[in-house]
This record gives sequence, structure tokens and C-alpha cells, in this order.
Amino acid sequence: MRSPELIVIGCSLGGMEALKKILDDIPDDFQIPIAIAQHRHKASDDGLPAFLRRVSRLCVVDVDDKLRIAPNCVYLAPADYHLLVERGMFHLSTDDRVAFSRPSIDVLFESAADAYGQALVGVVLTGANADGANGARQVKARGGFVVVQDPLTAEAPAMPEAAIRAARVDRILPLDRIGPFLVELARNPVSAVTPK
Amino acid sequence: MTSDAATNSQENLDLELIEIQLLTEGIFRHYGFDFRDYSLPSLRRRIWKRIYSEGLTTVSGLLEKVLHDPSSMERLLLDLSINTTAMFRDPTFYLAFRTKIIPMLRTYPFVRIWHAGCSTGEEVYSMAILLQEEGLYDRCRIYATDINEAVLQKAKAGIFPLATMQENTSNYMAGGGKGTFSDYYTARYDYAIFRPSLRENVVFAQHNLVTDASFNHFNVIFCRNVLIYFNNELQDRVQKLFLESLEMFGILGLGKKESIRFTVVADNYGELDAEEKIYRRVR
Repeated sequence: MRSPELIVIGCSLGGMEALKKILDDIPDDFQIPIAIAQHRHKASDDGLPAFLRRVSRLCVVDVDDKLRIAPNCVYLAPADYHLLVERGMFHLSTDDRVAFSRPSIDVLFESAADAYGQALVGVVLTGANADGANGARQVKARGGFVVVQDPLTAEAPAMPEAAIRAARVDRILPLDRIGPFLVELARNPVSAVTPK
Repeated sequence: MTSDAATNSQENLDLELIEIQLLTEGIFRHYGFDFRDYSLPSLRRRIWKRIYSEGLTTVSGLLEKVLHDPSSMERLLLDLSINTTAMFRDPTFYLAFRTKIIPMLRTYPFVRIWHAGCSTGEEVYSMAILLQEEGLYDRCRIYATDINEAVLQKAKAGIFPLATMQENTSNYMAGGGKGTFSDYYTARYDYAIFRPSLRENVVFAQHNLVTDASFNHFNVIFCRNVLIYFNNELQDRVQKLFLESLEMFGILGLGKKESIRFTVVADNYGELDAEEKIYRRVR
């Protein structure tokens, strides 16, 4: 594991509450950029970014195409677009839904895995479908690190369960341990990822 | 993962990048279609989708196939050049156009509109409906262009799946529609056939944003959710083409999440609606 340079998070049903808990645990000096694909209605307005701005100490951005990735920020896949990652930059697409979803977690994770390889951390949270499972597998195939929310602590366990089945994930953590783990990972990547 | 395996993974990625460059170079030199400056993450996804559909396993395999089998190139061309769209996609854009732009256009004796990258034409018909309802259609001419001849034929026909009409109707209403959406089409079997009067003032033509030059001066240019598929350099080139093609104080309408501020022409435009990405050329 190299020092993480990007964290990608995928969530669906129950995601708002899960994100609230995780972001609440992350301090304002957290350097690693975080990109989130939360399934949202295509006509969803500023509700989700506004909600995350209230719960996070970091700057929260609903991504525009070709936005450069900067530290101290939480980036959100916009409604009705896929969010893709190239090294240092976001791209959007309106291609067909993947796993019935746009934004799709798989699309975000797979493109980020190709761009960041070992420097990527993928986090699969609560959700009622299997989006994110292929993405988690690709993150592992490119040498990245995958954390999955313990399905027992998930409002909808199907998504974390699918990710656990699809990939050799590195950590299965209860919701309240995920934020502190990411903070530890940023401070001291080597000891954080050493199997205990 | 061991560091050896990770090194292999990185080497595979580097190799795949070479293969993608060879593929786009080969297509350009043999067929003339230029995908060399397309956005890499989207291009990679679309290429792999075609590789799997053709029963292949590598980008190089696809290169060999498309060079020697023109029919597979046609299939790849569809994958790479068709952008999904819907009628009144992003209804708030159409609402903003109605309330902010239409009053400006009323002062013009004649309005030339370029809809660049119109795909299967849903948004061209949407704009035609809006202009008819605002009583401006008769003094407008819409030039609707796309790189792909096959989608232009669909756009010209104006026949769309009936199954999409429920969504289109709610978009139409959210976009400030003043009539009854079903008055604009006739349902036949599984299709909705749109009124021919909607395309009376529309010219459909093939135009390649990557390789073709400006062909007229316009008061309004729409290019929505097309530039997202291009990389920064190509976006800049196309934005310069739009600037050359737009009258002073002309209107540029982009997709809801496409921003002019990341391009070289940012200083040439003022914002008319920041949220809906509607700009006006000011220099």
C-alpha cells in the first residue's frame, strides 16, 4: 500500500446517514480528497451537497466536468451523470446506467482504480443492490485497498455483502469505525494497513 | 497484494494506454474518425464494452478487427459517438431558457441556432416545441449537426419510443411547457411520431466538431453533454470553434455540469445563468 492519494466511497439506500457518521469523524485538516458516488434521483437538486456541507468540515463540491482534484475536499457525483477519474481530474459521462444506476459506483471505482492503482482506497457502504461489487474487485486488481461497511451495521446490507463476495476486501468495519480508520490511514498508512 | 503483482498491474495499465493510442491512431489514419483527444476514462470504458461484445480480450485485438472488418468499425463508431439524451433533459435548463433568453431573442428579427452534437435529436425537438410555444419558431432556423450519419437519420425522422414519453412529459412540464405534450406527437404502435411542423425550420447536417471548421454565424449555440467526452485540449479547440461561430452577445448553452471556466475562452463569456451553464459572448 502506497500513501493513499484518493478515497472513493460508494453508497445507496441509507447512504446519507452513513456518510453523515463518517464525515463527522473526519477533521478539517484531512488531506486526501474523497470522491463519493451516492445513488440519487436524476432530478435531485442541491439537497445532497447542502446536507453534506452541514455535516462535513471539508469543502463539499458537486463536480463539474474536468474539475481538478484538490486536497481537503469531498467531491460528489452529480445527479444523472457518471463520475469518472483520471489522475488529478474528474470527467463526467451520460452513458447508459450501470447496475441500473447513474451515477454508478462501479464506474467511479473502476476508473479511479485505473488512474490511482495502489494509491486508491475504496469504501463500499450501505445499499440495496450490487453496484460497487465490480468496482471493489477492480480496485483490488489494481493493487488498491478496499474497506467495506460491516453488513450487520448497514441499513441495507445487500451492497456491502455483494462487495465482500466479489472481492478479497481488506477490512470489514462497523460504520462507526470507518471514519477513524480513514483518519489513521491518512496519518500512518503503513501501520494502519498492517493486518492485526 | 504483493508488490510484484502491483508492478504487473501498473505495467498492464501502461501497455493498455499504448494500445488505446494505437487503436485511435489506426482508426484516424484508416477511417478518418478522430478519437485521439477523447476523454480517456470514458473512451476506455466504451472501448472495453466493444471488446467484450466482439468476443475479444485485448485492445490490440479490437485494433486488428476494426482495421480488417469495416462492419466492426461501424459498431465501434456507434459505441464511441452516440451520446444518450432525452427530451427536455435537465428541465430547469429549458425553464431558464424560457424565462431569461427568450425575452432577449424576441428583440431579434431572425435567430440562427446551432445545435452541435444533436445525437438522435430529442433536444432539437424540445427546443422547437419551446420556440413554437413562445411564438418565435417562425423566425428561427436551427442547424442540428452530429458526427454520426446514423443518428442524424433518426433525428430527421422524429420518431421516438413511446415508452420514453412519460418521462418526456414530466420533463416538459417541469421545463415550463405551456401546452399539452401529447399534442406534439401521434402514438403509433410503440412509437411517438412528432409533428413534422417541428422540423420545418430545422436543417440536419453531418458535422464533425473535431475536424470540421465553422460553417456560419449564430445567435445561439447549444452543445450539451458532448464536450464531456473530450479531453481538455480538444475542449479548448471546440470552444474556439464555437467562439468563432457565435455573434457578439450570442448565447452559448452547455450541459448542466459542463463549465466554461476550465477552458481557454472563459474570459470571452459572461454568465447569464451560472447554475444552468448559459453564457453570453461579451468579447
